[in-house]
Amino acid sequence: MAKIQLNGKQFVLNKKHSLISLLKKFKINEKKVAVELNGKIVNKNKFSSTVIKNKDKLEVVHFIGGG
Amino acid sequence: MKKDNFKIAGQLLKSRLIVGTGKYKNFKETALAIKASGADMVTVAVRRVNILDKKKPILTDYLNPKKIKYLPNTAGCYDAEESLRTLRLAREMGGWKMVKLEVLGDKKTLYPNMIETLKATKILVKEGFKVLAYCSDDPILTKKLEDLGASAIMPLASPIGSGQGIVNKINLSIIIKNSKVPVIVDAGIGTPSDATIAMEMGCQAVLVNSAIALSHKPILMAEAFKYAVISGRKAFLAGRMQKKLYAKASTPSKGLI
Repeated sequence: MAKIQLNGKQFVLNKKHSLISLLKKFKINEKKVAVELNGKIVNKNKFSSTVIKNKDKLEVVHFIGGG
Repeated sequence: MKKDNFKIAGQLLKSRLIVGTGKYKNFKETALAIKASGADMVTVAVRRVNILDKKKPILTDYLNPKKIKYLPNTAGCYDAEESLRTLRLAREMGGWKMVKLEVLGDKKTLYPNMIETLKATKILVKEGFKVLAYCSDDPILTKKLEDLGASAIMPLASPIGSGQGIVNKINLSIIIKNSKVPVIVDAGIGTPSDATIAMEMGCQAVLVNSAIALSHKPILMAEAFKYAVISGRKAFLAGRMQKKLYAKASTPSKGLI
């Protein structure tokens, strides 16, 4: 079990997740986002090999409208 | 006549109008307005994905980044560190190296914090970014930005979203005259004639968001801006007549009865 923080919200994961499976769980298209794990950017080709651990803090961002 | 190409950091752009994608009613309107504007580069912002509402439409579904150039901005950042974080994430998303650096001073004026802007520009240039920097209309500071390697300088015409037009033409003229990199007027444009004036003065391009998005008919206004920018550019290239104090008749007096 892992308690994580994703985009400022707390979640409890009942099974082991890689970053890619976590994004899939939240129905996030991994091609359209960038991810920061504990303050460090995760390279896209590391999404599947990155394992989510207890107390991890994740920020998942994408593009929105702006000036 | 030689082709009037517009390039930023070696990148060729068809339109001298860059459009923001904020404040529209919905993404459909955003997409239609951008199409009507003829812009081939649009500014976008980086924000958290809404993880609880997965059905919410997203910008990339309406504006294909393969067809229209995205210019990620740092809107909402108040220091160099926050803006670096944002732009590194933007680059990770899809390899965007050309970025709009916008470090704000305070919430009321949204005036640029030039100390932090200069700091961030230096680091971003070192990291290989092509920096288009939103800045104050101070000729010394814009020169500093250029010296640090900014790819374009983007002085405000007046505060962001104010629609006041160009409030300091003298400063803008000096900046245009002294800059070797493109000068793009960003922020404060209220109406197409403001854009025309900026282009007639010799700006390389203008960036418009609120003036289009907050008009009553954004798609029509986007088209108006398209022609305003083309018009201003052509007028600049043609070179205006000299102003005179007294009248000078357009019709010859010879043969007058």
